[in-house]
Amino acid sequence: MSDQINTKDHIMAALARLPYAEELGIYPLVMGDELTLVLPYAPHIIGNPMLKALHGGAVGAFLETTAIIQLGLNGGTLPKPIGINIDYLRRGKPQDTYARAIVARQGSRVANVRVKAWQDSVTSPITILHGNFLTAHAAKEDVSKEEPVKTKAGK
Amino acid sequence: MHEEKLKRLWDMAPMFVEGTPHAKFLGIKFVAVDIARATLSLPYDKKLIGNAETKVLHGGVLTALLDQASGLAAVSSFDEMLPVATLDLRIDYMRAATPGKTIIAEAHAYKSTRHIAFVRAVAHEGDADDPVATSQASFMTTASGKKMSFNPLERTKAVQDLPAARKSGDAK
Repeated sequence: MSDQINTKDHIMAALARLPYAEELGIYPLVMGDELTLVLPYAPHIIGNPMLKALHGGAVGAFLETTAIIQLGLNGGTLPKPIGINIDYLRRGKPQDTYARAIVARQGSRVANVRVKAWQDSVTSPITILHGNFLTAHAAKEDVSKEEPVKTKAGK
Repeated sequence: MHEEKLKRLWDMAPMFVEGTPHAKFLGIKFVAVDIARATLSLPYDKKLIGNAETKVLHGGVLTALLDQASGLAAVSSFDEMLPVATLDLRIDYMRAATPGKTIIAEAHAYKSTRHIAFVRAVAHEGDADDPVATSQASFMTTASGKKMSFNPLERTKAVQDLPAARKSGDAK
């Protein structure tokens, strides 16, 4: 039980480092070692008010956040996205959306992640993301290399 | 015909951004539209940060900006102005966005069929040859699409009629 609380605290701390995710109101549900993130419905995440459809960008950002938090569970620097693919399968309805990520492969520098988002039923996903992320260790190296270089000429 | 379409596009485009609640929330600004092309911008905002330590924008913010610009380019590419839905979107993140800088997104629907548009877009900070991210997407016109969707009054009313957010704390 205490492990679970620690995991949740850890995730809340990770989310707090993502101001945009906080603005979207994203929060975690933790069952054992399984993490589900929730994107609560709010009028400001609507993309098409006539169809009352969620914005593809907001849902995409939510899936990307889910991938980052899942990869960040090991601690360290937050992973950085390299390339992502998003398939929009169904219209996002004006209600809460859930997402779960699976790390397909964790390499020494790059992780491949698959994320599924659903609303009414986990078997009817509304959006699927798969992508590659530069993970903690490699991202950290990269930042330390990049930060002192302010201009292109200095490279 | 061409001029008439351009005029209609310029009349519709600012509202396409303003009348999209999430685009408004992010602070996305309409810049320009042409047949099958669109340019939008996004001023830097602290609430859009994706990493509290580096202050770099959240990748998802770029996703939303590129999706919005590409969607407008798609709408502008069809003979008739119809609302569109994103089918798929691929984004490559070339480098971290510079904290404090405005992002510009330029989208081009390089091919459109009757109902599908294929769109490429680039997000940069003023120099398109030094992109922050690039994207490739496909859009389709929505089945329930009504031309009226672009009527500003109807759209404003639709925004007002959206269900309210769940009270925070409920079922959390």
